Amino acid sequence: MTSPTAVSQSNVNLVGLSRSDYRGAASTLCQGCGHNGIASQIVAALYEMNVIPENVVKFSGIGCSSKSPTYFLSRSFGFNGLHGRMPSLALGALAADTSLKGIGVSGDGDSASIGMGQFKHIIRRNVPMVYIVENNGVYGLTKGQFSATAEKGLELKKQGVNQFLPVDICAEALVANATFVARSFAGDPRQLKELLKAALSHHGIAILDVISPCVTFHNQENSIHSYTFGKEHEIPLHELSFVPAREEITVEDYEEGSSREVTLHDGSTIILKKLDKDHDPTDRMQAAMVLEDARRKNELITGLIYINPNEPSFFDGYGLVDEPLNRLPESRLRPSREALDQLNAMFM
Amino acid sequence: MSDESPSHVIGADTKASPIVNDFCITISTVNGSGSATANNLLLRALFRMGIPVSGKNIFPSNIQGLPTWYTIRLSKDGYLARLEKDDIVIAMNPASFSRELDYILPGGVLFYADDIKQEITRTDIITYPMPVKKLIKDAEIAPNMRDYIANMVYVGVVGHMLGISMEELYAALDFHFKGKKKAVDSNFGVIKAAAEWAAANLEKKDPYRVERMSGMTDDCIMADGNTAAALGALFGGLQFSGWYPITPATSLAESLNEYLPVLRKDPETGKLTCIVVQSEDELAAIGMTIGAGWAGLRSMTSTSGPGLSLMSEYLGLAYYAEVPCVIWDVQRVGPSTGLPTRTQQGDITQAYFNGHGDTQFVMLIPGSVSECFEFGWRALDVAERLQTPVIVMSDLDLGMNQWMTKKFEYPDRPMDRGKVLWEKDIEALVNANKEWGRYLDIDGDGIPYRTVAGNKHPRSAYFARGTGHDEFGRYSEEPEVWERVLDRIARKIQNSTKYLPAPVLTSDGKCDIGIIVTGSAEPAVMEAHDQLKQKGIATDVLRIRSIPFHAEVEDFLRDHERVYVVELNRDGQIRQLLMINYPEFATKTVKVAHTDGLALTAKWVREAIEAHEEKVS
Repeated sequence: MTSPTAVSQSNVNLVGLSRSDYRGAASTLCQGCGHNGIASQIVAALYEMNVIPENVVKFSGIGCSSKSPTYFLSRSFGFNGLHGRMPSLALGALAADTSLKGIGVSGDGDSASIGMGQFKHIIRRNVPMVYIVENNGVYGLTKGQFSATAEKGLELKKQGVNQFLPVDICAEALVANATFVARSFAGDPRQLKELLKAALSHHGIAILDVISPCVTFHNQENSIHSYTFGKEHEIPLHELSFVPAREEITVEDYEEGSSREVTLHDGSTIILKKLDKDHDPTDRMQAAMVLEDARRKNELITGLIYINPNEPSFFDGYGLVDEPLNRLPESRLRPSREALDQLNAMFM
Repeated sequence: MSDESPSHVIGADTKASPIVNDFCITISTVNGSGSATANNLLLRALFRMGIPVSGKNIFPSNIQGLPTWYTIRLSKDGYLARLEKDDIVIAMNPASFSRELDYILPGGVLFYADDIKQEITRTDIITYPMPVKKLIKDAEIAPNMRDYIANMVYVGVVGHMLGISMEELYAALDFHFKGKKKAVDSNFGVIKAAAEWAAANLEKKDPYRVERMSGMTDDCIMADGNTAAALGALFGGLQFSGWYPITPATSLAESLNEYLPVLRKDPETGKLTCIVVQSEDELAAIGMTIGAGWAGLRSMTSTSGPGLSLMSEYLGLAYYAEVPCVIWDVQRVGPSTGLPTRTQQGDITQAYFNGHGDTQFVMLIPGSVSECFEFGWRALDVAERLQTPVIVMSDLDLGMNQWMTKKFEYPDRPMDRGKVLWEKDIEALVNANKEWGRYLDIDGDGIPYRTVAGNKHPRSAYFARGTGHDEFGRYSEEPEVWERVLDRIARKIQNSTKYLPAPVLTSDGKCDIGIIVTGSAEPAVMEAHDQLKQKGIATDVLRIRSIPFHAEVEDFLRDHERVYVVELNRDGQIRQLLMINYPEFATKTVKVAHTDGLALTAKWVREAIEAHEEKVS
């Protein structure tokens, strides 16, 4: 068994693990798929945060995105569920041990169509987990149909022209009262990693919409889901750094007045450096306006769009015992014989 | 009383001999008028007098306004099945008044609210008007409570006329209002006033009365199957339930919520050891339940046919990924939305085959309320032992009606948590150089060892999936791997009967004729069995309590010349499964199936069997 250790060597983190301890099986996705980049950043974020893999549990639905949890953290339990129904699976499993960090990986097909109901409801319940939507605007495994996040007017081989306005994952999350809404781009590993770290420290549902180009079926230069578009049109809201709770905060290059700190439930901090606009991610109205503004301008707005670190999370309201439910012995689960005698007497 | 013949005939000046503790009362009211309280009072008071009783609520899918009926059968011999006709009708609803009259046996009795100004077309019955409005007015009750308390008038009048103990009515009120003295007293005030009015104004002309009995209700309680199932699960260490409201299963989950804080506060910390989540739909209810079962919680959901349909896809995943969980299907009438407030055993084949591909689900079929309690905890044991979904087939009649039933028995064995490996177990395997794979059949019984999320051993984790996987949980599309894993699961299920409730045989000696029955159809069958015996037709009865079938089922089919399979559905679904499992005996089985929304009666069962016997003899 692995236990945390304070000894830090050059090739291991604070819990004595090397990067390879966080790896998964070799990816079977296409070469260049954005999803592979996301898996790498999940590995990097967890390694740098010194999270023991056994303390993470992975979930996914169905689709290319949902295959990817096998490509990171082989030492973590995982469950690849049904199309659009990863959230309910995750809720039930996390109830067994609320100390576990849940990472759900879904896609635009999985979350914005069949899974829209469960997506909305897990947000509404504020179930503490990271919910990543690997968003490429297309159904990959079934070879290139439009997804509900594909933009109107997009033309794809065999599919013709998409006639419908897209579902905006972040806007939907915000409307559903998500307590953490962020967007990133698979081609921006640094920002993605920092957002992943912040999401992992959030006490509640953290929705992370990651634009992840599909190199096989949907990587046209003019499309919002392509590498070219992402590189050219990505407008980060902030430059962003995540500072874990136990690290002393040493801010060198954040000038007074141009940065904003958000303290998370576990004491860690997100430092947001102002870029061209002064977005306050704790202001829900501003978050909505930023999304609407970006939609009008056809910009790929990225960064931490909204956060509310103070809402109680789903399990807080149930008054459960402190230790993991799945470790309770029979003596604490079966009521006494006397309790049954009393019930029988009552029903006489 | 037998159902079809006039129980007695009263001439103009002859007194019929008394009929004691053996008749049927139907109360006709308007849905939403609060009559359930009054009806349950009568039922419980009779039960407390030691009289075997059963109560059935025939209600509409409606909140307020449509007709609703409540039938109480008193049976000194202990028969609990439904009867087709009534000895006594209490008519409180003008809308269904004329229909009520048709159901009264000749010589029977009609109590009616005297504000119903309709012609009484029957001359062969005894009638008692009740001044409901006047008595309520005199009782000085707040106007908004009048409609609810109006039903206490018939409790008082009928109670007096039949001789129901006022003391037991008071005790039943105390049970209903959980000791709230003000509510108990104001209701009892009306009951008493109505009884006094009846004493002063009604002359007893009918032969029906009740008397205290002893010996028939010993060690019995009065409860409904949904409450029993919830309590059984809580005593079985239930830790998670995801559910979605649906008639007639809703009260099961609501009972979990009611008793959870009472029964499942951790003795050490006072905090809860079980979580109940109302989901957004059945798709999520089963998803949560399977997630929890996978992660090592004793996990359950409760639903009815439409919900079970929605759960099919996840159940297929749980079958293949070998996730323990329990599904209570409180059956109602299908197909489609069907008759949501009526009863049926219509989901048998659906539950058995639930899901695409080759699947077979383990099913438990409780036949009484106390068995609902027992299967409440046993189903959790079976699911964890077999690492598979267990579907418990209850129904509306069992789940929502109050039944006289044996006291709930404390579980007679420790919990069976099945084959779960924790850190030390994995470490021991590693140290012994033994191989472990999530789907590796180490013991040769088809049941592998599992680990659950939260296990901190670096070799404990695996990736569960509904896609093809090998013995180590790795993705695989290899033809031989697919077939090997699926065959092992089939073996696991087929060999599971030693963990399942065995069938119950009622035999008077060796008969040529057998009857197979399941679940809540049993009371009608057992009563029919006695009636057939009186007519010289001896039968053995086998009540099946679980599927896959025990060896005794095959023996029973082999050992009888003809086997009637009695069930409450159109197609004879249990019989279909018997024919699939035992094709060599298929021609011996006779379908005795019927469904119109109501529970089976002994009369119908007996006549169906008699008709077939006449044909073959």
